[in-house]
Amino acid sequence: MNSFTREKLEKRIGLLVLPLIGGAIVVALWAVASSTVATSLPSPSRTWEASRLYVMEPFEKRGELDQGILRFTWYSLTRVAKGYVIAILLGTPLGFLLGMSNFFRASFDPIVQILRPVSPLAWLPLGFVLFHKPEPAGTFTIAMCSMWPTVLNTALGVRSVPQDYLNVAKVLKLSKLKTLVKVMVPAAMPYMFTGFRLSLGIAWLVIVAAEMLTGAPGVGGFLWQEYNSLIYEHIILCILTIGIVGFVLDRMMGLVEKRLRTG
Amino acid sequence: MAILELEQVHKSFGTTHVLSDVSLSVEPGELVAIVGFSGAGKSTLMALLSGLSKPDQGRVLFKGKPVEGPSPERGVVFQNYSLLPWLSAFENVELAVREVFSKDSRNAQRERVARYLEMVGLTYAKERRPAELSGGMRQRVALARALAIEPEVLLMDEPLSALDALTRATLQDEIERIARVSGKTILLVTNDVDEAILLADRIVPLSAGPEATLGAPTPVEIARPRDRRAMNHDPHFRKIRASITDYLLETQRVRRARSAANRRVAAESALPVESPA
Repeated sequence: MNSFTREKLEKRIGLLVLPLIGGAIVVALWAVASSTVATSLPSPSRTWEASRLYVMEPFEKRGELDQGILRFTWYSLTRVAKGYVIAILLGTPLGFLLGMSNFFRASFDPIVQILRPVSPLAWLPLGFVLFHKPEPAGTFTIAMCSMWPTVLNTALGVRSVPQDYLNVAKVLKLSKLKTLVKVMVPAAMPYMFTGFRLSLGIAWLVIVAAEMLTGAPGVGGFLWQEYNSLIYEHIILCILTIGIVGFVLDRMMGLVEKRLRTG
Repeated sequence: MAILELEQVHKSFGTTHVLSDVSLSVEPGELVAIVGFSGAGKSTLMALLSGLSKPDQGRVLFKGKPVEGPSPERGVVFQNYSLLPWLSAFENVELAVREVFSKDSRNAQRERVARYLEMVGLTYAKERRPAELSGGMRQRVALARALAIEPEVLLMDEPLSALDALTRATLQDEIERIARVSGKTILLVTNDVDEAILLADRIVPLSAGPEATLGAPTPVEIARPRDRRAMNHDPHFRKIRASITDYLLETQRVRRARSAANRRVAAESALPVESPA
């Protein structure tokens, strides 16, 4: 009992302390690099000095281009949310069709495989052509890029529904719709959520590119603007913010996913 | 009139002839056990009776009419329980009840679910999901689900084969009791000769596959309720057990001898023919 709790405690300390050590090593390397080989790279201390205001007053709005980092993050998140919701609303039914119908799969799977690896930088101009305005073009790009993991995982989930469950539905003579709602959707749910999680990761990845090219206010837009204003410290601030937000989003989705799996 | 009939049924998967010339007739209220080796085609036979698959030749008749597909009139207890893991025990039964008794009020439906869960002794575990139930408890839920839709025929596909000996004995008694009380027609597929003798009115052996077929039915004339321990000394019980076991082993021996002979023929014909010098 005693040794068990001690083991657990040691494990927990390891989980907390080791990442801090890893982080410290990277910051040290960064400091050394910025003072030796890469002198144009802002040092950690200069980055902190320049970013302080943006981090300490994260929701402040001092002007259109000068806002707290979390305020910018919020703009980006709302933009991502729009594209992501569209991606899920389109991707899930598409995944079900691909998973349920061999005819549909044979017809459309090649197209999906071709569109899947297309870069956001390629979709964005098409978005401009279609919608004439930067906002919907960005939303379009996020939706087009982040949809595919949802489509493919949903299709896989539907194909993986055990025949036993479908036999139960058949013996009860459930209608097609009821079989879908009561058996297939719940059975495919864990796969669908894996897709949703991967899609969210991609949506967040795309936002930076979309904001850079559209000049919309957000973390990505801020990053590009500060690059043009030669305030390189803020590029690092933005990179760290994007990384942390992406990490938190993924963890949140991971928690939901875990719940569904055990459920 | 027979409630369930198989008329010279053949079923193949690819080039494997699983069932060959299978005929069977089950009377209403009868408990018939089909006994055979694992892999002989028992589950295939069940799928045909339930309507989940169709025979290549011959007919499957339910109340004199050809079976077109699965239907709740023929309830199935699947070998691996087939409970939906995201639903509780109660909800698993409820799903079936709401579908089959869709005209009843919600209260009547719930009351029915509760009644059948009580019948299998699971009222205390009704909120648990399948993952939180033992194998025996899962099988009870599956049994409750099959019974709750009040099928005219209950098809049980090796319902107890995955259970330990003690749970198995308990559930055998339960099936015995339910069969006696409800008077339902039950078709039980099993690989356990003793189980068949304990439960069935009539035992039909399924010969070793491939091309498995049903042997001569043996009536079990032992008074109910049957006592597992006393039965071991009953000469009639011993006679049935010996005759069915002998039949099954004999069919297996014949099959093996035949396939060995086939291999020999194949090997000989594959030998290069030497031309005389």
